[in-house]
Amino acid sequence: MTLAAPLLPPADWRDFLALTKPRVMTLVVFTGLCGMLAAPVPIHPVLGFTAILCIALGAGAAGALNQWYEADIDAVMRRTQKRPLPAGRMDRQAALHFGVGLSAFSVLLMGLAINVVAAAILAVSILFYVLVYTVWLKRRTPQNIVIGGAAGAFPPLIGWAAATGEVGLLPFLLFLLVFLWTPPHFWALALFVKIDYANAGVPMLPVVAGERVTRTQIGLYTIPMSIAAIAPWPLGLTGPIYGWTASLTTAVFALLALQVATRTTGTDDRMRPEKQLFRYSILYLFVIFGALVADRWIIA
Amino acid sequence: MTPDEQNLIRRRQRGRALVLALLLGGLVLLIFGISIAKIQLGMQH
Repeated sequence: MTLAAPLLPPADWRDFLALTKPRVMTLVVFTGLCGMLAAPVPIHPVLGFTAILCIALGAGAAGALNQWYEADIDAVMRRTQKRPLPAGRMDRQAALHFGVGLSAFSVLLMGLAINVVAAAILAVSILFYVLVYTVWLKRRTPQNIVIGGAAGAFPPLIGWAAATGEVGLLPFLLFLLVFLWTPPHFWALALFVKIDYANAGVPMLPVVAGERVTRTQIGLYTIPMSIAAIAPWPLGLTGPIYGWTASLTTAVFALLALQVATRTTGTDDRMRPEKQLFRYSILYLFVIFGALVADRWIIA
Repeated sequence: MTPDEQNLIRRRQRGRALVLALLLGGLVLLIFGISIAKIQLGMQH
């Protein structure tokens, strides 16, 4: 005779919503929307809404599958232990079914209602986030977020492809910007939650290589990121609204990154510059993508 | 199973059923909207 595992009551719908990481989704949806609005071809509002919905659902699905796979890590990290799976509010299989179902639905809807190119990039981004970042890289290498950052960089590309049916130089530069923005953003966070990552056995750069190396890497990654951010202006792909906004906000980013790169953690350090860089990096991406759309629409 | 547990399960089932109904209703409207948009775009070409 075997003892049956304790049965969980059915999860609340709010737990399914939490599984999609709604806060992360905000930035994904915003960059996707901006990629779509910056495209030279207008898209029918209903189809535009559908494309953004698909990006949101795809991102939510990837987030759900990430939480399904990482429930053990989430349980030991203070930042994540209240999520539905580690908190024991949801059955793991329900999370898996939800993630797989939502992924398939988002890609199918994108393919049928919008176009095959956007659907293909959406599928690649979900698979990249789940298989390459979550399953393969995250627990194995401190370069996890460098390569894995590509997953979060796809939305502007998808938005652009939804409107035009193809991918050009500007969306590629936007992809590059988010890709190069990810390491300084996440390493700034990793510097002040280092203990959490160490306890969970996640080989984040500050845990494996130490703070000095991480700070230097933050400074180094900021250089190509700044070039990618400003490049669309001299290349003639955007106008002065984007150009000036990108230049000014990138200069502030570089100053904050320089501050983080050149300092050493003291005793009783509250890590204010690191927290400041982390918070600013989120605002930075919102402002720079907003400026891109403003530039396109005002000039048009 | 205690009455409290039964109530919790019923409450969650009701909540999930309601949200699912709303989502399905939304999906019907969305597919209708997509069809109209496609027809409009087809007529323009």
